[in-house]
Amino acid sequence: MTTASSADHPTRRDFLFVATGAAAAVGAAATVWPLVAQMNPDAATIAAGAPIQVDLAPIAEGQDIKVFWRGKPIYISHRTKKQIQEAQSVALSSLPDPQPDSARVKAGHDQWLVVIGICTHLGCIPIAHEGNYDGFFCPCHGSQYDSSGRIRQGPAPANLAVPPYAFLSDTKIQIG
Amino acid sequence: MSGPSDFQPSNPALKWIERRLPIFGLIHSSFVAYPTPRNLNYWWTFGAILSMMLALQILTGVILAMHYTPHADLAFKSVELIVRDVNYGWLLRNMHACGASMFFFAVYIHMFRGLYYGSYKEPREVLWILGVIIYLLMMATGFMGYVLPWGQMSFWGATVITNLFSAVPYFGESIVTLLWGGYSVGNPTLNRFFSLHYLLPFVIAGVVVLHVWALHVAGQNNPAGVEPKTEKDTVPFTPHATIKDMFGVSCFLIFFAWFIFYMPNYLGDADNYIPANPGVTPAHIVPEWYYLPFYAILRSIPNKLAGVVAMFSAIIILCFLPWLDSARTRSSKYRPLAKQFFWIFVVVCILLGYLGSQPPEGIYVIAGRILTVCYFAYFLIVLPLLARIETPRPLPNSIADDVLAKSKGRAATAASMLLALVVAGGLFAGSTQNAKAEEGGDTPPAQSWSFSGPFGKYDRGSLQRGLKVYKEVCSACHSLNYIAFRNLADPGGPGYSEAQAAAFAAEYKIKDGPNDQGEMFERPGRTADYFPAPFPNEQAAAAANGGKAPPDLSLMTKARSYKRGFPQFVFDFFTQYQEQGPDYLDAVLQGFEDKPPAGVTVPEGTYYNKYFPGHAIKMPKPLSDGQVTFDDGAPATVKQYAHDVTTFLMWTAEPRLEERKRIGMQVFVFLIIFALLMYFTKRKVWAGAH
Ligand code: FES
Repeated sequence: MTTASSADHPTRRDFLFVATGAAAAVGAAATVWPLVAQMNPDAATIAAGAPIQVDLAPIAEGQDIKVFWRGKPIYISHRTKKQIQEAQSVALSSLPDPQPDSARVKAGHDQWLVVIGICTHLGCIPIAHEGNYDGFFCPCHGSQYDSSGRIRQGPAPANLAVPPYAFLSDTKIQIG
Repeated sequence: MSGPSDFQPSNPALKWIERRLPIFGLIHSSFVAYPTPRNLNYWWTFGAILSMMLALQILTGVILAMHYTPHADLAFKSVELIVRDVNYGWLLRNMHACGASMFFFAVYIHMFRGLYYGSYKEPREVLWILGVIIYLLMMATGFMGYVLPWGQMSFWGATVITNLFSAVPYFGESIVTLLWGGYSVGNPTLNRFFSLHYLLPFVIAGVVVLHVWALHVAGQNNPAGVEPKTEKDTVPFTPHATIKDMFGVSCFLIFFAWFIFYMPNYLGDADNYIPANPGVTPAHIVPEWYYLPFYAILRSIPNKLAGVVAMFSAIIILCFLPWLDSARTRSSKYRPLAKQFFWIFVVVCILLGYLGSQPPEGIYVIAGRILTVCYFAYFLIVLPLLARIETPRPLPNSIADDVLAKSKGRAATAASMLLALVVAGGLFAGSTQNAKAEEGGDTPPAQSWSFSGPFGKYDRGSLQRGLKVYKEVCSACHSLNYIAFRNLADPGGPGYSEAQAAAFAAEYKIKDGPNDQGEMFERPGRTADYFPAPFPNEQAAAAANGGKAPPDLSLMTKARSYKRGFPQFVFDFFTQYQEQGPDYLDAVLQGFEDKPPAGVTVPEGTYYNKYFPGHAIKMPKPLSDGQVTFDDGAPATVKQYAHDVTTFLMWTAEPRLEERKRIGMQVFVFLIIFALLMYFTKRKVWAGAH
């Protein structure tokens, strides 16, 4: 911007250039916003991610089911006495991601484990009832989770996540 | 792009790159140091405007493709979902759809400018021909893009245009089948058009690079039409041309934003809000406004093959322009006769465009033929002849002389040009509105709507009452497929709370399933569910309603329109009148008369309606006084019902209207301030150059 006449007041000229440049920057930023925001989930997707209700009555002890919520598989396991026992008795200090079993189930509903079935390593789906810990085994890179969904062995850094959920009655939960 | 440059970056890292790839030198010589004639007027900013439009179309197009589904069963719906559910989807779609029109508007000005100032003449022939190629590619791209929403006009436009190729002797049918990928326009056609619509803009961008390259080799033409001779004739591209172009662009954006935020459907056709139906052709097939002159030429010729040939020749002839017009003087400024004929030609083109939007009957056909002859005569007779007989006025010695000669009166020209531009745009673009011919229905009276105008908002009470009317009356026969219960709690809607919407939804039984046993079951509605349709499928709907399925109401207010006529549609552009649909709907709901007027009979199974095209409507009178009781004390009259349900249906068609108008106002305030700043900056930058 060196060509403007030298007869001009330098300060006034500079102010004009700065103001124009600033306005252009504001305009550009405001234009970019919708172009990026459109990538977020749309209203229909968000609405479809509303809470779901699951009836637990048909799940026998030792069985588990997989339901989908927000496109994620949720494991609901009806744990056996043995599994609960194992989950509660393990020494926390021996866990890579220490968390007591009581923090992973709802009080009074010890037999129900509800976890998001996505391996915390790189997102594969662990297989239930496999591995050395009476819990889950991820076939991708060999992570093993116990009967509380906690990581015990392998490359995964954290326990299987527990989704937000609540018991509506003894045999009905709402996820989300 | 004008040869090696001696530009050297000072930063060592950039130097390192420059030695291996002299890209900074290229940019510097092409867009910074590049000498540009100092007498360019604002018509020359349209090159920059077009570059911006191309970039914007590609950007918004790539984004829309992220949300669009190219499938015959899903395309229409996916476009509606973009507009309704995607964040700022309505904005992106309006930008892209109106952007196509703006792109053509700008390219026509760019071409007429080239024509007027003789920019196609030696040594710029290749530059001009590349431009014609870009224009052809734009037409193909625009056409295929118009097919993608898969509405009635998309479908029938695709059918008519692809059938043009059936005029080719011997191979016609095979070519058309090849284009369709089937026995008629269908899903394969849509898929390939989508693919090509995505591809062609990048081809255009490639040819634009060649176009700019050729421009930088030959140098820009200028209003005087004399080549720059000394340093005094030119100024460096940056900052002079850059700033001037940016000022031009910001003014153009104001014009563009008027469409995006306030008149998004002004240039569109109401029929395209009706999903494609291979069994019913709309009464008037009209292409988008930018094809209308060529469409008029096509229809003027009574022979199929000859018509197609004439239409394509009308474009191809532009390639030969540099040789048809052999006059030495470039600029029409110094050619008194050529100047007059140029303006006559502009008028011929606009009139052809107008005729293209009219039904091909009576006087329109004759006028079309005369104008078609005029169109070709301009290129084949007038220009070659003028080159021989015309005595041009003396040219200025140099560009610098030209600048000195007219240093006065510059602002006035710029202002008048801007005004002419806006008026011409409104006129020409608006001619498309005339496409709707009168078909024997009275003109609906204009109503006052709370949602009209730049500050329009929905009347919440009216929306809630309208919902009640829909629920208690209309929903017995009409579906509302694009509205979910959650929408009732959306901002800018009827103003219910989430809980109210959930309670409203729970009153409905929704079919869901299959469950673990593989059976369908019914459950109470949730907010994510859509309004259930009254009939399980279209056949059932038709069977229960005398053979014709009642149409879905979600888009009804945008899918219906009526002829506004000249000059009304021009005023509509400035007054932002967009309420043909609601006016029509309101009128039809009140237009039932028990006894047709004397001498008028309507067929068995239809009812007389004053405003319905043709007067015979299949729907029996749906509303009568006292049918629905409102809690808020609004009168229980047909007039009130019609008004409220129309307001409600305007919302179902345009649920983002309030957001659109609100953001539009912010954008306008910003753009006007920005354009003013650009104007003063431009004046400062150019202060030394004049
Ligand atoms: S993703 Fe499960 S172990 Fe890697």
